[in-house]
Amino acid sequence: MWTILQKDLLLELRTREALSALVVLMLLILLTFTFAFDPAEAATAAPAVLWVTFVFAGLLAVQRTFLIERENGSWYGLLLSPIDRGAIFVAKMTGNLIVLAIAQVVLLALLALLLGVEMPRAPLALFVVNGLGLVGFSALATLFAALSVRLRAREMLLPLLVLPLLVPVVICAVEASRVVLAGGGAADAGAWLRVLATFDVIFTVAGWLLFEQLVQE
Amino acid sequence: MSRGAGEPAVEAVGVAKAFGRTPVLRDVTLTIARGEALAIFGPNGAGKSTLLRLCATLYRPTAGTLRLLGRDDRGPDVRRRIGLVSHQSLCYPDLSARENLTFFARAYGAPNPESVADAWLDRVALTDVGARPVRVFSRGMEQRLALARALVHAPDLILLDEPWTGLDAAAADLLQGILAALRREGRTILAATHDVARGLAVADRAIVLHRGRLEWESAVGADTPAALDAVTRRLRTPAAA
Repeated sequence: MWTILQKDLLLELRTREALSALVVLMLLILLTFTFAFDPAEAATAAPAVLWVTFVFAGLLAVQRTFLIERENGSWYGLLLSPIDRGAIFVAKMTGNLIVLAIAQVVLLALLALLLGVEMPRAPLALFVVNGLGLVGFSALATLFAALSVRLRAREMLLPLLVLPLLVPVVICAVEASRVVLAGGGAADAGAWLRVLATFDVIFTVAGWLLFEQLVQE
Repeated sequence: MSRGAGEPAVEAVGVAKAFGRTPVLRDVTLTIARGEALAIFGPNGAGKSTLLRLCATLYRPTAGTLRLLGRDDRGPDVRRRIGLVSHQSLCYPDLSARENLTFFARAYGAPNPESVADAWLDRVALTDVGARPVRVFSRGMEQRLALARALVHAPDLILLDEPWTGLDAAAADLLQGILAALRREGRTILAATHDVARGLAVADRAIVLHRGRLEWESAVGADTPAALDAVTRRLRTPAAA
């Protein structure tokens, strides 16, 4: 697993394709929101803006993880190796998680800059909320990116497949972010965080178990 | 060659493979002994690449049974003993040749991946360009790297799909030398090719696939080129089609 993760991070560090596309897209979406909202409403809408922006931009980055494997057929090189297919999933998911976490830090800074969102009094609580939201998103998006990358209309299909299943994660993440950005702590958002953690476990275990069947041709 | 000695390297019984409703291989029954070298001939679309990909565990047969290295499963223990040279290099264009080989050596659990990578770069005469990204490689250089990638873990079963494509005469001779050495080591080799002379030079036995069926097989001897030519001509006639 570490071998694949190391290779993916090295490729991203060298090309910076996923991260740069992610940041540019997030900036464009945020700019649109900036003009759409009344400055007084902006802070209230911030949790939804945060996650909607993140989900749409994030899908682009996750798809890239598997597109780099299609070039030169290197995906087959990976499948031929004795590495457990479940470990390939975990490595890909972790790689996405790291790239998306960096992007989310940038997104939070942009939110503060463009929408005037104040950083919460409990930054650790925001870290927990974002971390749990990221895990659920990465697990589900990685699984479906692996499925859709073989399909012709993959750019269109990935959002169509992932977004309906992501709804519970997004709702929980938005509600928990709302509590934390309003000055509450992790305990105040406890119910949302527990549901989010449950989805994280379900999606990660499902991905790990289903990946082998998914990649077999 | 102690692992599974005595068992055939490949044992296909009534193997068929279809993609959707399109049959690509039909009822192929074939046994390849350990240490044997088999040349696979046939026109485009005959099913050569599909047969190799089935043997590489990348595909599952639609019908029939396929035992690889004495086993029915396609698990890590089988995969670590198989090496495939495909139409594509299966390497990462943005990594250097050395990084690619080190990555694959590590993926196969080689004890000292960097040393293994360097040894193979030397063997395929790519040491001088080992630090360059694969994206800038010529077709021939990439093909030599593909060979090194497929052999970096010293597989027992070596599958070669058009391995001479894109190689100049010197590189083709280099490949021929490596294959001869692998045969001496007792590795099993399956090579699909249109290059009859080079294919027969490395093979103990030859087969012809046509429209997914195994049409002809023979041990390689002095009369094999002529027999192969006759079979190819027969299969080209409208009656055979």
